[in-house]
Amino acid sequence: MKIGVITFPGSLDDRDAQRAIRLAGAEPVALWHGDHDLHGVDAIVLPGGFSYGDYLRAGAIASHAPIMAEVIDAANAGMPVLGICNGFQMLAEARLLPGAHTRNAHQQFIRRDQKLTVENADTAWTNEYATGAEIIIPLKNADGRYVADDETIKRIEGNGQVVFRYVDVNPNGSMNDIAGVSNERGNVVGLMPHPEHATEPGFGPDMTDAMRSGTDGLAFFTSAISALARI
Amino acid sequence: MPTILVEVMPKAEILDPQGKAVAGALTRLGKERYTGVRIGKRFELTVDGPVDDAMLAEVREIAEDMLANTVIEDVVSITVTE
Repeated sequence: MKIGVITFPGSLDDRDAQRAIRLAGAEPVALWHGDHDLHGVDAIVLPGGFSYGDYLRAGAIASHAPIMAEVIDAANAGMPVLGICNGFQMLAEARLLPGAHTRNAHQQFIRRDQKLTVENADTAWTNEYATGAEIIIPLKNADGRYVADDETIKRIEGNGQVVFRYVDVNPNGSMNDIAGVSNERGNVVGLMPHPEHATEPGFGPDMTDAMRSGTDGLAFFTSAISALARI
Repeated sequence: MPTILVEVMPKAEILDPQGKAVAGALTRLGKERYTGVRIGKRFELTVDGPVDDAMLAEVREIAEDMLANTVIEDVVSITVTE
């Protein structure tokens, strides 16, 4: 099972995503934004970072990168695609996911271990969770406020396309506490928090039983492996 | 050399935290007659040669597809200066 991670100029978490994929039991494949080649991967992760310095809008320039033509075709054909943070912003800019992101309502960059609920455990990236499960994974961003028009919010809430919701604290003013969404088919998922940073004991978020022990993000990657095994 | 100006503003219903921060600073400076500030973007596209209708149509397309994200922003004007 091969899962590609695309590196853009300014990607920060591409190697962390590759490591998470390896820990989950799949083979990570490094992909390059300037290529028109997915190297035969079965799934794709668009990692976090500040592609092109977040110039124009976060994820906007990257969403027009050469490899995005292949990503859009693969996503429309049903391949599992996960966008994390800047990757989520790219998927929204590319219109593979509904909505958009603006500056955090409080204007601050924020970094915290964030509690989320898994609202939909029937997507390519969440099928190893239980619906309603509470997970803690790190969040770190400046442009994380999820917005969409009323009609879109109503539609995605009705379709079960709200995949993750912030619990206890809404860290950026996102509408309806939305932390992550999917496309209608459920193969494309994006979220602002970082599951790849919660996959290995000793390097994850602080949990009640021990510091840095959180591995709640690993099931994103095992979910994709399960989804691919069923095809 | 002609320059095509494209102006983009956040949609009225979208919270503009930057504008709010500037409005707050104005109030603190005692400039209290201004009830709101919104911050948009101005793009200057320079071209080497005359601007025709086909080029303006292309700029409109670029503006809607890339310069603005029409989920959260509007292209409010496209004008040409010499």
